[in-house]
Amino acid sequence: MTGFLLLGPLLLRFATAIALMFAWRQIVWQRYISLVGEALAVTASAVLLWQVQTKGTLVMQAGNWAAPYGISFVVDSFSAMLLLVASMVGLGVSLFAAGSMLNNRLRFGFYPIYHFLLAGISGAFLAGDIFNLYVWFEVMIISSFVLLTLGGERSQIEGAVKYFTLNFLASIIFLTALAMLYGLTGTLNMADLSLRLAQVEQRSLVDICAFILFVAFGIKSAVFPLYFWLPASYHTPPVAVTAIFGGLLTKVGVYAIIRVFTLLFPWDAFIEQMLGAVAVLTILSGGLGALVQKHVVKSVSWLIICHIGFMLAAVATHNQQALAGALFYMVHDMVAKTGVFLATGIMYRLVASHLYSKMGGVMQKHPGWSVLLVIPLFSLVGIPPLSGFWPKLSMLIGMATAEKWWFFGAVLVGSFITLVVVMRLWIEVFWKPASQEEVVGFRYFKQYPTAKQGAMLLGMLVMVGCSLLIVYGAPQLQSWSLQAAEDLLSPQVYLEQVLKIGKEIEP
Amino acid sequence: MDVIMALLIGLLYAAGIFMMFRRSLVKLIIGVILLGNGVNLLIFLLGRLVKGKPPIIAADAKVLVEGAYADPVPQALILTAIVISFGLQAFAIVLIKRAYKVVHTDDLDDINTREEEE
Repeated sequence: MTGFLLLGPLLLRFATAIALMFAWRQIVWQRYISLVGEALAVTASAVLLWQVQTKGTLVMQAGNWAAPYGISFVVDSFSAMLLLVASMVGLGVSLFAAGSMLNNRLRFGFYPIYHFLLAGISGAFLAGDIFNLYVWFEVMIISSFVLLTLGGERSQIEGAVKYFTLNFLASIIFLTALAMLYGLTGTLNMADLSLRLAQVEQRSLVDICAFILFVAFGIKSAVFPLYFWLPASYHTPPVAVTAIFGGLLTKVGVYAIIRVFTLLFPWDAFIEQMLGAVAVLTILSGGLGALVQKHVVKSVSWLIICHIGFMLAAVATHNQQALAGALFYMVHDMVAKTGVFLATGIMYRLVASHLYSKMGGVMQKHPGWSVLLVIPLFSLVGIPPLSGFWPKLSMLIGMATAEKWWFFGAVLVGSFITLVVVMRLWIEVFWKPASQEEVVGFRYFKQYPTAKQGAMLLGMLVMVGCSLLIVYGAPQLQSWSLQAAEDLLSPQVYLEQVLKIGKEIEP
Repeated sequence: MDVIMALLIGLLYAAGIFMMFRRSLVKLIIGVILLGNGVNLLIFLLGRLVKGKPPIIAADAKVLVEGAYADPVPQALILTAIVISFGLQAFAIVLIKRAYKVVHTDDLDDINTREEEE
């Protein structure tokens, strides 16, 4: 029973994707199937989170093979939280895509692939075996390649070449690290690896493994010297795809970094310096990149990089308060980034351009949209009481307690840059008078059928609602994050749960 | 045997990365394929090479002797990794074909045109 409960979000995505493939040509039906599937996944994830909060970490051994020999699926409160948020983001984007996605793209299987992508993401959150984590990463990136290239426009193909190359390279580097880990310890179960890696005598080899894994996850999560694929590709696909990529994909990389560096490798000065230096440089370079862009989607893409740095800095601080801030920030960031990317899509449909120089007049012509879009945009900055403020507060308190003033300063500078970027966006797009006449032949928002307009509005409302829900539930989320951070920093509970259950099954 | 394998893996990695640094799209894919094969052999090597023994423990075996049987785990891992990289390479080949049709060039430097225009 635990098995079905635990794998619920994952199996529902696969079931939805398969059902969608049976309805390959019925694009009207596909929209409904996708929505129902994703709504069920939200329910399943919510039940799972509730179970984890009442019963503690849940473990499932595939095929009842005891822990280090079989493949374990583990869900603790960290992954349960992320599963729920990812499902809600998935629901919002699925709704938005029902309105915004061109029928031609739907005919080539946007929805089935979209649900395979979500299945990969939920699998990555559930994996308790590092090779299994690799497999879910692959499910995720193969789906993302297809979503990125679907439609085959020139800019999409150009972006996809870079995206493909670096992500494939990351997979190979990840596999290299796995081969080394297996050679050193003879196991791939993360709980078992944690115990055995501590006993390995050649510490330098362990450090090399840690470094190679960091490079692999660093490419996935777009950290300082490894992020160039992200701004080169994220602005090319349709907005719903960009929103789901920007909201979830890089965060899965951060999830992997947090999981691996708290569980597998004993915390030492090498890892701390590596993470810390990379985090500060990521914040600064991402922020500066965002400042110089003239293209609205590109500048938000650079902000993803900047904010990945926040989470890494909090992880490198290595105390409970800061780590809790990082976990909470991930929850916020998934919702806020998706919301902002969807907002850029709406703006594009209102003013017919992505370039600041040609945009403007939204406040005057569409006051209703302006009121709605202000919430995701300013949540991203973290203006109190919106959702970005609370996790940042937790991170900053943690950094100040640990006296990591470099990180403290970098997070403040990064937040300030975010504020400048969002203010500039607000001034150029909303306040400035409209700078161009209506483009003939462009499909404006008002020219969409009412049902599609409604779907886009609903998708946006789901994201705004989630954002406000985070504000409302901030004390609860913070206490869950504190608990999850404590479990991550002293992983005894995780180890006992995974390995003890194995012993009970053994004859 | 181990040394030869190690040298071969090093060669595959070096050749793969060298090819990925070239400007041609086709060479990029060849580099990706070489790297993929290199990493599969690396898993095989680090899972300890055992010559001529199946990954099966005899039914009457009382103790596990190292080298009496091959480790089945790396073989399973490689099988999975080969299938995955096969899929990715198939995608990559279709992608470069498409890229060539759309951009009319094999040169990676010319693939940035659209970005500079904006």
